[in-house]
Amino acid sequence: MADVDVVVVGAGPAGSTAATVLARAGHSVILLERGPFPGSKNMYGGVVYPRILDQLHPEWWEDAPIQRWVTRRSTMVLTDDQALTVDFRSEKWGRPPYNGATAFRPDWDSWLASKAQAAGATLVCSTTATGLLRERGRVVGVTTDRPEGDLRADVVIACDGVNSFLAKDAGLYGEVDAANYTVGVKETLGLPKEVIDERFAVRGREGVDIEILGGTGGVNGGAFLYTNFDTLAVGCVLKLPALAAQELRPEAIIAGLKRHPAIAPLVEGGDVAEYSAHVIPEAGLAMMPKMTGDGILVAGDAAAMCLAAGIWLEGVNFAMASGIYAGEAAAEALAAGDPSAAGLAGYERRLEDTFVLRDHRKLRRAPGLVLSDRVQHLYPEMIANTVERMFRVDNPAPKPGLRAIFNSERKRAGIKLADLARDARDGLRSFG
Amino acid sequence: MTWKDVVETTRETEQWPERSFEDLIGSTRFDVHERAHIVVDDTVCRDCPSRECIVACPAKLFVPTSDGGILFNYEQCFECGTCYLVCNNEGAITWTYPEGGHGVVFKLT
Repeated sequence: MADVDVVVVGAGPAGSTAATVLARAGHSVILLERGPFPGSKNMYGGVVYPRILDQLHPEWWEDAPIQRWVTRRSTMVLTDDQALTVDFRSEKWGRPPYNGATAFRPDWDSWLASKAQAAGATLVCSTTATGLLRERGRVVGVTTDRPEGDLRADVVIACDGVNSFLAKDAGLYGEVDAANYTVGVKETLGLPKEVIDERFAVRGREGVDIEILGGTGGVNGGAFLYTNFDTLAVGCVLKLPALAAQELRPEAIIAGLKRHPAIAPLVEGGDVAEYSAHVIPEAGLAMMPKMTGDGILVAGDAAAMCLAAGIWLEGVNFAMASGIYAGEAAAEALAAGDPSAAGLAGYERRLEDTFVLRDHRKLRRAPGLVLSDRVQHLYPEMIANTVERMFRVDNPAPKPGLRAIFNSERKRAGIKLADLARDARDGLRSFG
Repeated sequence: MTWKDVVETTRETEQWPERSFEDLIGSTRFDVHERAHIVVDDTVCRDCPSRECIVACPAKLFVPTSDGGILFNYEQCFECGTCYLVCNNEGAITWTYPEGGHGVVFKLT
């Protein structure tokens, strides 16, 4: 006999949306969280795209705990002493329904979990799920670190994050390869709101999202700088094997980023309010587990749903969407009295029919391309040098043609035309 | 502001005060449990030529000792998983989450 209809493991964005959907459908749900409160174990770059909540929580922006609405989005290419920035801003993104927002995960995740509680789910914090309960090959609940802590449920939804021991325990993952992961490392720097407003040319609740190619001390990855209300988030994302194969430690890489002439004036004087790190499933479709087993569904980071596609860096929205679809599919299976993998098949169907797997399928080549050695180590220099020569006034020499500059910089960087063509083709296939 | 001041300011910027790692990680809250949630088998590490954990762990929990071993401390751990993912030696790192309610407590990230 089950204790509850569904146990959801992990009160992050996937778990809390799943629990909300199920509780609203009238099912008994326990939402387990190993931290003392939801979000206390969670860290990300800093930007959430919440439009997937439009139906689940209409006018979510009225009470969502955001720091700033992103109205300026910059993409920056850094070399040691150059910076090229493409900067976009839109006033529309500062009004409902908004686009992206900076937010702290402890705030965001606690808020989202409170919605699940309001819907009738039972949130149990400070409780680690230690494994799966099985009967005749079927998942029938979880073990926890509470005394007599076994919890029996008809369906388990594993939203237990990037390390997902439950999905691994259920045999849903293939071999784990470090090359599929990056580690995100970040400093939250305190600065007066007025100083941030001035440095980043924003007002009120407007905010800036700067994504950076380069600035990672030569380690494949990327860097970022986001504005919160009265703090900045500065950090980098580092490919694990590349990080492990060299000498610079993560905090030294951030220190280098903060010293870069294009970044230093923005972050200067900021006191470290918190230092944090988290692993990111970076490889997209190539690393995803089986989403469904008998009595179990996997959602969010546990299912490797982060989208690391260079110009698009998302995760929380994919987690929230997959949680919603997992909740719907579990409700369907419970109503039909069939929590087997076949009964839960509505989950994968929903993922395939929506942006969750459509985006990942279309962008399946993007993570590899973005983290490739050419994109990481050769193109930034080629691009920055081309632009430098384009804008440099070299009198008395006459202006060279842009094609001549580009070709000489391409050769100088040691990039073969065939490789450039191949990357351009992959880029077009992904982003076109 | 005179040109001399401008140069001085620039110089100050370049001399970004170096913070100790202890100060940096001291900004993060940890509610440490008495049970070590990560166990490192130092005998495996002694023969490890690559020691990926030392450079990669963002919390700097793996420190080489003068006698060729590795000193490990679980207390200020982000529970991120980097160490076991980069470790190439089967059985060197046994990794679980800490007891519920313990370990890292993020607030501003």
